[in-house]
Amino acid sequence: MQQKTVFISMPETTRQVSPSREASSPVAVSLAGVSRHFDAVKAVDKVDLTVHEGEFFGMLGPSGSGKTTCLRLVAGFEQPTAGNIIIFGERVDGVPPYRRSVNTVFQDYALFPHMNVVDNVAYGLMIRGVGKKERRRQAEEMLELVRLSEFVHREPGQLSGGQRQRVALARALINRPKVLLLDEPLGALDLKLREQMQVELKSLQRELGITFVFVTHDQGEALSMSDRVAVFNEGRVVQVGSPVDIYERPETRFVADFVGSSNILEPAFCERIGAPSGLWSLRPEKIRLVPEGLTDEADTITVTGEVRHVQYQGATRRCVLAVKGAELALAVPAVGVEPVVGRMAHARWHLDDMHGMKHV
Amino acid sequence: MNTRDASLTLFRGGVLGRLSDLFYRRPAILLALLLGPPLLWIGVVYVGSLLALLVQSFYSIDEFSGRIVREFTFKTYLELLRPSNLDIVLRTVLMAATVTVASAMIAFPIAYYAARYARGWVKGLFFIAVMLPLWSSYLVRVYAWKLILANEGVLNWGVSKVGLSPLVEALLSLPVIGGPSLTFSYIGTFLVFLYLWLPFMILPIQAALERVPVSMLDASGDLGARPGQTFRKIIFPLALPGIVAGSIFTFSLTLGDYIAPQIVGSSRLFIGQAVYVHQGTAGNLPMAAAFSMVPIVVMAIYLWIAKRMGAFNAL
Amino acid sequence: MRFNRSGAPRRLKLAAIAGLLFLHLPLVLIFLYAFTTEEKSYQFPPPGYTLKWFSVAWERQDIWDAFMLSLKIACIATGAAIVLGTLAAAAVARTRFFGREALSLLIILPIALPGVVTGIALRSAFDIASIPFSFWTIVLGHATFCVVVVYNNAVARLRRTSPSLLEASLDLGANSFQTFRHVLLPNLATALLAGGMLAFALSFDEVIVTTFTAGQQETLPIWMLSELVRPRQRPVTNVVAVFVVIITFLPILMAYYFTRGSETIAGQGK
Repeated sequence: MQQKTVFISMPETTRQVSPSREASSPVAVSLAGVSRHFDAVKAVDKVDLTVHEGEFFGMLGPSGSGKTTCLRLVAGFEQPTAGNIIIFGERVDGVPPYRRSVNTVFQDYALFPHMNVVDNVAYGLMIRGVGKKERRRQAEEMLELVRLSEFVHREPGQLSGGQRQRVALARALINRPKVLLLDEPLGALDLKLREQMQVELKSLQRELGITFVFVTHDQGEALSMSDRVAVFNEGRVVQVGSPVDIYERPETRFVADFVGSSNILEPAFCERIGAPSGLWSLRPEKIRLVPEGLTDEADTITVTGEVRHVQYQGATRRCVLAVKGAELALAVPAVGVEPVVGRMAHARWHLDDMHGMKHV
Repeated sequence: MNTRDASLTLFRGGVLGRLSDLFYRRPAILLALLLGPPLLWIGVVYVGSLLALLVQSFYSIDEFSGRIVREFTFKTYLELLRPSNLDIVLRTVLMAATVTVASAMIAFPIAYYAARYARGWVKGLFFIAVMLPLWSSYLVRVYAWKLILANEGVLNWGVSKVGLSPLVEALLSLPVIGGPSLTFSYIGTFLVFLYLWLPFMILPIQAALERVPVSMLDASGDLGARPGQTFRKIIFPLALPGIVAGSIFTFSLTLGDYIAPQIVGSSRLFIGQAVYVHQGTAGNLPMAAAFSMVPIVVMAIYLWIAKRMGAFNAL
Repeated sequence: MRFNRSGAPRRLKLAAIAGLLFLHLPLVLIFLYAFTTEEKSYQFPPPGYTLKWFSVAWERQDIWDAFMLSLKIACIATGAAIVLGTLAAAAVARTRFFGREALSLLIILPIALPGVVTGIALRSAFDIASIPFSFWTIVLGHATFCVVVVYNNAVARLRRTSPSLLEASLDLGANSFQTFRHVLLPNLATALLAGGMLAFALSFDEVIVTTFTAGQQETLPIWMLSELVRPRQRPVTNVVAVFVVIITFLPILMAYYFTRGSETIAGQGK
């Protein structure tokens, strides 16, 4: 049941088999056959991944899917039970976290409670033996970068969630890591702050040119921030690709379900509605409602069914249509044919919008 | 086997750094280093001592020479079953039970008040007031009762001031619990034990009560329960694990104490005193060891029951 | 009883206050007796008051010797308990390992079993191993039941400390030793100090285990015990009692101060 995708490269070679747009840039982090088993629990199981230099890489999956463990393996907090991890050309088995040029922004920020903001940020320099004056200067510079200059002398306890996050970011960046790992970086923030931080993280990454690898369970976050996304399920990577690939062309039932919510067209159903045989995914927003008696178009499928539910969602309405023993979800724009619960309606989509999936 | 990028291993950090690397690759070594000393101390010295105690209790004493015969025998345990020794066990267990019940009754209002009504500095005061006697001055606290219970002491002075002396005399003339004076009676011993172990009962009850949300009591009231009913059906059952946890201490401490009954009490022995006398003046270490098995066995049974009642969640 | 939020029922309040008075009035009485002019009995109320016994006690070499011995034992036992308790707590904090629960149980054992059992067990072991009683046998006994106090305080603190703090330190370039020194120790310090204070108080007036592990050595509590059994100069004993109360109350108040508002002082007494 090997989940090979086109983006998985062979880490033991330097040859790039990935046709993605980063194909030309060198490899920052690669995982080859990496597993982390806790007794019987396969937290991470035979994962192959390649992150390119300068990439903003998202690891998406439900809780317990192994994405955070994967991040911890790269950071060095966990050690793989099998496989190799290579960071900028170096195999890091047995290399402790403090010898890796990787830094982490923790989900709970993990700010040292016994130090003020500037000492927290300067911690890495202090450990390296940088002089007091110099590390202070650099820390203040870093705090300026995350726009926290006026909080230098605060204690971590006196900061808001968003401010703590920035301190954690500054603290991780001061060591000039080659790869920055972010564990659910926006998870603890409220919606508005989250949107603002998304933009800031993105521009910070562009500015610094550092490879960012971040973990999230929020598909919207993963799609909007990442250059590429790896979708995790049950300890394995089920698909790697650009946000567009992942969203438009899910390869498995799981991805189709987890990223947005796709209609899954079973082979038997396809036969009943006269669609090409196979297992297909179909995004709700690709289905239109058409008036009765509208002439057929080329390469489209039209079905008729009873409207079961309609849910008003502002710009669109979400409705469910019962069609020949299955249910189709539609996102219907506010203009056009209006679905009415209990009435029959006609739905149509283009064949190109159906994406074939593996039978798993 | 692979080229190492020098920039990854940023700064080597000398011997400690390399030792730290070793700990990373072999976490078991670090664990062994951390656990070694405490395990050696507690696991070997202390558990070893307990085993020595067990072994000792299977030795016996030669009645003529008074020397310990280091041969396995049940003789000492058979001696333990003599009526006079069983009396000591029974007396101690009864005293422990009485002290436990009485301290639960006195502790409850204190714990309840501290958990439900005390706020801010009052709460801190309650905490300190219970903590100080719990942690310190054991001997001084026994001594205080010698002062209080003395014939010319404060209790008799107060009692005679309010004209209750006949009542005390009546109490002292009772069989078993009475005696020549308060200092030399079970009543006196009981008071000292109660005083000594009360803090150990208050804290667990308070901890259990702190976890009862006020809304639960309000809900009971809303549902038409009278305060008495709420107490019986809600508060008491929820406090019970705390009471059991506290009783583990009051029971265990009473079983193993030999100083309080020596200073305030009749001449009849408690288990702790029997242990002390046998190992000391009599030089009968096997008998002392066998006697000290009694509180261990009693406590094991008690803990087993307490565990089944869920008392450990309140510890 | 009524369950209003504002005030406690009167009877409950009275019962609670009466209970606290029961706990503390006897100690007040000891203070009073330290000033009595009556030498031969525990007469109440004291016929007169004097400060003389304080100077008498001050001149007594046997009291000073006992005090210094207790102080030395308490300091060494506390030091050993802090080291052992911290190591055990660090092991529990750092790693998942088989038998964590068993370790906690093992460490609590010396304090969970009645003192007389701990005492006689050590006594038996010394007897079987033919170890003569000395200063060090007393220290050994004391440290054994003091470890739990430090351990419990440290573990309680670690439970409230995010495990990612240590990881963050490693992540930022600090090795295990640097992490211990710059992150773990500063975060544990007040808990360890509080544990040490309690261990000191516990050791300073411990008498039950000590009687089984001491030879000719006379600690302050043992000195007091012999005075209680065979009183020689009662008012001097009263003065020493006052002194013991003060010297054991102070570290407990400090321990409370160090852990105030964060956790209850973990672990139990004797």
